[in-house]
Amino acid sequence: MRLQLGIAVTHLLARKRQTLVSLSGIVLGTAFFLAVSALMQGSENDFIKRLVDNSPHITVSDEYRGADTQPAAMQWPDAAVEIRSIKPQTEVRGIRGHQEKLAFIESIPGLRVAPALTGSVVLTFAGRVQGVSLTGLIPASMRSVSTIEEKMIEGSLDALNANPNGIIVGIGLINKFKLAMGRNVTVTTSDGVVRSMKIVGIFRTGTANYDEVQTYALLKKVQSLLNRPNRVNRFVIQLNDPYQARNVATLIEQRIGYKSMSWLEASEDIMNLLTVRNIIMYSVVTAILVVAAFGIYNTISTIVMEKTRDIAIMKSMGFHASDIRLIFISEGVIVGLIGSLLGIAGGLGLMWILDHITISVPSFGGPTHLPVYRGNKQFAIAFSFAMLSAIAASYLPARKGGRVHPVDILRGSM
Amino acid sequence: MSALLKADSLVRTLPLTVPVTLVRDISVEIQHGEFVAIMGPSGSGKSSLLYLLGLLDIPTSGTLLLDGQDTSGFDEDALADVRLSKLGFVFQFHFLLAEFTAMDNVMLPMRKLARLSEDAMLARAEKILTDLGMAEHRHKRPDQLSGGQRQRVAIARALANDPLIILADEPTGNLDTTSSANVRQILRDLATQQGKTIITVTHDPTFAKAADRRIGLVDGRIDPDWVHPGMQG
Repeated sequence: MRLQLGIAVTHLLARKRQTLVSLSGIVLGTAFFLAVSALMQGSENDFIKRLVDNSPHITVSDEYRGADTQPAAMQWPDAAVEIRSIKPQTEVRGIRGHQEKLAFIESIPGLRVAPALTGSVVLTFAGRVQGVSLTGLIPASMRSVSTIEEKMIEGSLDALNANPNGIIVGIGLINKFKLAMGRNVTVTTSDGVVRSMKIVGIFRTGTANYDEVQTYALLKKVQSLLNRPNRVNRFVIQLNDPYQARNVATLIEQRIGYKSMSWLEASEDIMNLLTVRNIIMYSVVTAILVVAAFGIYNTISTIVMEKTRDIAIMKSMGFHASDIRLIFISEGVIVGLIGSLLGIAGGLGLMWILDHITISVPSFGGPTHLPVYRGNKQFAIAFSFAMLSAIAASYLPARKGGRVHPVDILRGSM
Repeated sequence: MSALLKADSLVRTLPLTVPVTLVRDISVEIQHGEFVAIMGPSGSGKSSLLYLLGLLDIPTSGTLLLDGQDTSGFDEDALADVRLSKLGFVFQFHFLLAEFTAMDNVMLPMRKLARLSEDAMLARAEKILTDLGMAEHRHKRPDQLSGGQRQRVAIARALANDPLIILADEPTGNLDTTSSANVRQILRDLATQQGKTIITVTHDPTFAKAADRRIGLVDGRIDPDWVHPGMQG
């Protein structure tokens, strides 16, 4: 092995320029692979983090999944029971028996839950009218499952406890209605209930539509306004491990019967889009490394062609075909190894540069940095792919070298 | 004493569209320490026979015993192992590895065989090169040596693993008169002083005269009556 490695190193050193070109291909390929994937993975992680942080991990809504089992079916479980003309019972919309269901959800470890009641109301102020979504909440519970408290630019959720007639609105609505903290707005429900409520808090999420149409008030107040006493129509759940959302949502739905949707399901289109984006990104950077692999193939093929006589003499001397293959594959491994290590160093350098680029996004609140992700997986993929392409590129010429028959060459040389 | 190399009815036919027979029904015995010259007109199959005797090529039929061992049925790797430990080759062109020094070229077969320690290999390579008058050139690469010097390094490389037989294919074919005489004398001395068996293909009657025995080859067959025009009379 040492002998073959020594010959391989000698071959590469004797062709410094060609070796450097092959090496540069792998270095650039690996470095760009790392930089691009760091940026793409970083932006994906950032996006998912925002998605996970800003939206509930699981939302249980008041949509009942299956019809109740009828008494006749319960009485004769093995019989073919046909019940006709079932008329659903008229009842107040919302999650029935929400206290028991809330208690069950709270008993599941690793999660925090907050009940909420959301309905549509019309908000009027100084002749201006706007349909908004009003969510009733318990401040202490909502704080544990939502980042809305962090988005408050004036007031706080606790202000609702201090003023049960208070309402929290978004900055979009404030600007649209020319409102300010402490002003009263009129809230009208679909049942015609009219209440005057005082603005006790203003939030800004950065999402224009949300900031214009979302409002918050105390749960009890909203239940009263919407005429749905002791009802909630949503459980907002946050998990310690957001990626368990699908399993936990299934468990909850099986037990309480109401529709439970995880953030992964709710964002399925976006997640698919991210997968497609990743496939495109990996295809592009893979193409760079494939081009680099052609450089190695070219170099080693040239060496094999130039060294046919040497191969013949080594084989006549007693070298096996496997020794010859090992020499040329070693050349690929050496170029791949040095190239990928230098490429990783180059990739880290590019990441450092990307890290230090400051960009200003309007409405983002200030200068920000590009999201650069440094993960062991990326480095492992870049290194493995560079090595694999280098070995694959050297294998074909190495195999050709191993097949050289000394007599054919010696006879041709005489 | 049994022959070191015994060929029996060797035939080598190239399986081309029209098969070409290079060597026909050759039977020959070569003893330890013998210096044999294979001669014949161009295209008579001299080099083909040398490649068969040197286990570089496999006969279409016939058997070849080397040091009492029947080599028929050996696969490529087994033949390579025999070549490495028992045979040494010198060609018309030196075929030294261009990037390696004379020392490294000589040590190459030793390193492949790995029978000696690195220090012992260095010492042996130095001794062989010194014996061939190449001590002062041992750290030079082939492009820094003359034709005769390169061929001496090639002979040193052939001697590296202390082979039983040295097979030389027109070793002086590319050399001037002085260098030819030098190489001829080296091979002669190897047979006489070190008991090496030398089998050489040559067109050079002066070189052939230095051999103990000459084998004439015509159209792939041994012709006992064939005499090189330069050696007639």
